[in-house]
Amino acid sequence: MASLSGDVGGLELKNPIMLAAGILGTTGASLRRAALAGAGAVVTKSVGLEPRSGHPGPNVVDVGCGLINAMGLPGPGYLNFQEEIDLASASGVPVVASIFGASPEEFAMVASGLKADAYELNLSCPHAECYGAELGRHPDMVESVTRAVKSSVSSPIWVKLTPNVSDIAELGLAAQRGGADAVVAINTLKAMAIDIESGYPILGNKFGGLSGPAIKPVAIKCVYDLSFALEIPVIGVGGVSSWEDAVEMIMAGARGVQVGTALSRGYEVFGEISRGLSSYLDRKCLTLSDLCGMARRQM
Amino acid sequence: MKPVNAIIQEVRSETPSIRTYRFDLSLNPAPGQYAMVWVHGADEIPMGFSGPETITVNAVGDATRALFKLSPGSSLGIRGPLGNGFTLVGDKILLIGGGVGVAPLAYLGETAHDLGLEVDSLIGFRSADDMIFRSRFMHLGKTVLTTDDGSIGIHGRVSAGLAGLDLESYSQIYLCGPEMMMWDVISRTKDHASRIQACINRYFKCGIGLCGSCCLDPEGIRVCKEGPVIQADRLLDSEFGRYRRGPAGDKGPCRG
Repeated sequence: MASLSGDVGGLELKNPIMLAAGILGTTGASLRRAALAGAGAVVTKSVGLEPRSGHPGPNVVDVGCGLINAMGLPGPGYLNFQEEIDLASASGVPVVASIFGASPEEFAMVASGLKADAYELNLSCPHAECYGAELGRHPDMVESVTRAVKSSVSSPIWVKLTPNVSDIAELGLAAQRGGADAVVAINTLKAMAIDIESGYPILGNKFGGLSGPAIKPVAIKCVYDLSFALEIPVIGVGGVSSWEDAVEMIMAGARGVQVGTALSRGYEVFGEISRGLSSYLDRKCLTLSDLCGMARRQM
Repeated sequence: MKPVNAIIQEVRSETPSIRTYRFDLSLNPAPGQYAMVWVHGADEIPMGFSGPETITVNAVGDATRALFKLSPGSSLGIRGPLGNGFTLVGDKILLIGGGVGVAPLAYLGETAHDLGLEVDSLIGFRSADDMIFRSRFMHLGKTVLTTDDGSIGIHGRVSAGLAGLDLESYSQIYLCGPEMMMWDVISRTKDHASRIQACINRYFKCGIGLCGSCCLDPEGIRVCKEGPVIQADRLLDSEFGRYRRGPAGDKGPCRG
């Protein structure tokens, strides 16, 4: 079997398929299940300074081609979260703490208050006022937040980018200038669904972020552009639900691949994708590094 | 799935704080399954079925109070049925319920009775005024009743009614009610835990096993998807009865 191990954004992973932020990442136990099911790394639910309950429901709506969610960054606050990270770490795979804040200082405070194998900066949640993409759509802010966190912790820093801008590469370059070890692309696309019987927007927050199969082609293009523009590695996320999707994401230039919405099928997706990827490499007599960015070399 | 529009056909007052809503939809839920009920403009909350077309609701929070303002002709959004319901096992079963938690058990009992199973019940309430569905249970078979204040039936908690029942004689035991009542029963009947199916709740947000807000320590059971019915031997060494997470994911005390 072809080896899937290697360095992804400063972490040595047994395979490049990871649990994405915001999915089954609130408790150490659910992160551990993802690890035991074969994830190469797990990313926690985003955690901030204070406990937050999130938006009123409905929080999720299935629109057929994907899911729109507006959770609203619920979380227990970083002071209550270390025990969950430690439980997840006991499974033996790297645990990446996804963190958010309203300013570079808040990000730095949360990061330095949590011990994790890496930090993923949520500069991209599309539906939480004062957080996420409200900061992350400004390249200057991406750079300052990244720099602030980089100077306060020693573990690798990944910056998760929003696709809800005209040129995601500008955000990636800003993260790189700030000292990021990798960028993660993409977060969800701004989206909305309306109940035609009542006329109400379905989500409690009225709008949210679209994930799942519908956004995979958008994610592929963003990863393709970012991997061309940046020196640092790109981790691809968005609509990956099969090994074929993972191969495509890696061919676009991703060093690692995160899986989120596809977990609705169950934790088995990690094993399915890893095994499929490995068999594919065997069949094609390729290594993972041969595959990475292949789409740009085929001209 | 998107929420399906459901029009309320009938509202029945069971007690001053408990009402049953009947919809114009036939969702064909298994007893123990639930729906995410969207009260427009308020919130979306999980509700167990008390019959094939009904939910029975205790007004405890903003969303349920908003639901209580609706009358026949009003509409709601329904996602469901969701999760795994009860599984019928054997030919003689016992239902143990407390408070509004008796609702899915009444539905289960009627389903089992129709299939020819022998159905006994142990149901408890705070007082005679809080009692619901007594006649539904009595119609099924032997029914032991308890009240916390002794206003009717055996004076005491639901577990006070266990003494008069031979648990060994039941092929399966079905449990639903406030968490501490269920924990009280489970911890007194540990030898039978592998034959007890408990319908539990946690803070559900997505209802499809993705967001992680309902995961039960230490196994990480996704209660909204793998539950809400869980075999009691998986609860014995879990967080159940000890703590539960709130909407922010932080641990707090179990209530009820």
